Amino acid sequence: MKLVKAIIRPEKLTDVLFALFEADVRGFTVSRVRGHGGEREAEETYRGTTVRRELADKVQLDIGVSDPFVEPTVQAILRAARTGDVGDGKIFVLPVEKVYRIRTGEEDRAAVTPVGTGS
Amino acid sequence: MPTTVPSALSGADIVWVLVSAGLVLLMTPALALFYGGLVRAKNMLNTMMMSFVALGVSLVTWVTVGYSLAFGTGSAWIGDFSMAFLDGVDLEARGTVPHLLFMAYQGTFFVITAALISGAVVERIRFGPYVAFIALWGLFVYAPVCHWVWGGGWIASLGALDFAGGAVVHVNAAAAAWVLARTLGPRTDYGRLALLPHHVPFVVLGAGLLWFGWFGFNGGSALAADRLAVLAFVNTLLAPSATILVWMLLDTVRTGRVTAVGAATAAVVGLVAITPAAGLVSPVSALAIGAIAAAPSHFALVWRARTRLDDSLDVFAAHGVGGIVGALLVGVFADPAWNGSYDGLLHGNPSQLAVQALSIAAVFLYSATVSALIVFALRRITSIRVSPRQEAQGLDVALHGEEAYSDGEGAVLVLESSNPAPAVRAAA
Repeated sequence: MKLVKAIIRPEKLTDVLFALFEADVRGFTVSRVRGHGGEREAEETYRGTTVRRELADKVQLDIGVSDPFVEPTVQAILRAARTGDVGDGKIFVLPVEKVYRIRTGEEDRAAVTPVGTGS
Repeated sequence: MPTTVPSALSGADIVWVLVSAGLVLLMTPALALFYGGLVRAKNMLNTMMMSFVALGVSLVTWVTVGYSLAFGTGSAWIGDFSMAFLDGVDLEARGTVPHLLFMAYQGTFFVITAALISGAVVERIRFGPYVAFIALWGLFVYAPVCHWVWGGGWIASLGALDFAGGAVVHVNAAAAAWVLARTLGPRTDYGRLALLPHHVPFVVLGAGLLWFGWFGFNGGSALAADRLAVLAFVNTLLAPSATILVWMLLDTVRTGRVTAVGAATAAVVGLVAITPAAGLVSPVSALAIGAIAAAPSHFALVWRARTRLDDSLDVFAAHGVGGIVGALLVGVFADPAWNGSYDGLLHGNPSQLAVQALSIAAVFLYSATVSALIVFALRRITSIRVSPRQEAQGLDVALHGEEAYSDGEGAVLVLESSNPAPAVRAAA
């Protein structure tokens, strides 16, 4: 089991969600985050003040998957989240020691398999 | 030192029209709130600006040539340039108020009508071409149509009734909105995502302020502090209340729930519907008009959402359908016992209904056709739609370099001499 943690552009979230659904990845957590990754930040102007956003809005996806699903998940995100410009984000794949589903107490692979998909 | 008012001018009338002009002007920022609340947060400022910019562009257009084209003597079709740059628009009486005040009051209508169009094309139109569109539309569509109905043109000669702008303002703007939405195409996310209102409280606040401003819109259209103004004012109070009630019933029957966005929309639909009839029908008829107007707009809205026509904020369902219903119903309910001279179907003049229908059709067709020509011309020069990337990013940041809701974290002040992001370089 792995935890796929992806940080992507907010405007790419819809595309990524659709790509994940297509890859049959159905369990994840989405959070709005802010970060700094070397992109050329947008400049904004408020009255006489020009500011540069050093922290860009991003969206973070945390996806717990069983081993066969790691590659499809990563590929789906790579494909859907890419614009080719600096600031597209990162994907981290982390080892997971243990997973429990709270409702049933199921563990590991059973716990990350969405209800009704059977595998 | 007391000054004597010249005989033709009435102090009371001047006060009421002055106040009304201010009230109508407030409708434009109110519309900005109403529309702004209905879009996604990333497009809030752009949407508000599309209304607010009319306060700049349209008023300047109005005083330069717009007013003259609408209210100059001209022909049955359009005014002339005799009052360009307010030539001859002075403090002498036009009716019982100074000509200058009449011009200003009419100018506020010009502004809100242009702003209404924006609701059909939010979240995807480029700002510059939009501004060019409303400026050209004001001159080539609003001014002639206004002349036809209120400036002594052919629709006025026909005897069509339009107290405060059912055809001139609402049907006119809705036709343009429909054409613009068709030409521009739907938003990228339209039909695959639910594009939800991001701030419903603003929608309700905007609707409330619109209603408040509408007292000047309809009440002031009497152009005097007289009995007609009172009638128009009270009808403006009553019609939307009936619409809200019926709308809530329709909501309940259809989904089992009454919604705030629905109630706010209903208020606007009721206001639109009573606009052409405000000073012409009895208060009970106003209630009837408000009640009748709910269903057509309600179902137009539900139906539209299932089509590919992304009239994003339902300008056509609210202002087009509501305006058509109101402009037809004034031909049914116009009551000489209340307005002094005009009668409709129920008062023995069935031909009025035909005249109303003709005027609506003429305004709709003309506005749709010329709007299409203007869009066509603009598209020859430039692209009128933002790039998919900008659309995804949100138009506030992409076009205006501002955010509606920013907590300010990570915002670094840019000084003339500062090096770009030294911290990043060190890290890289």
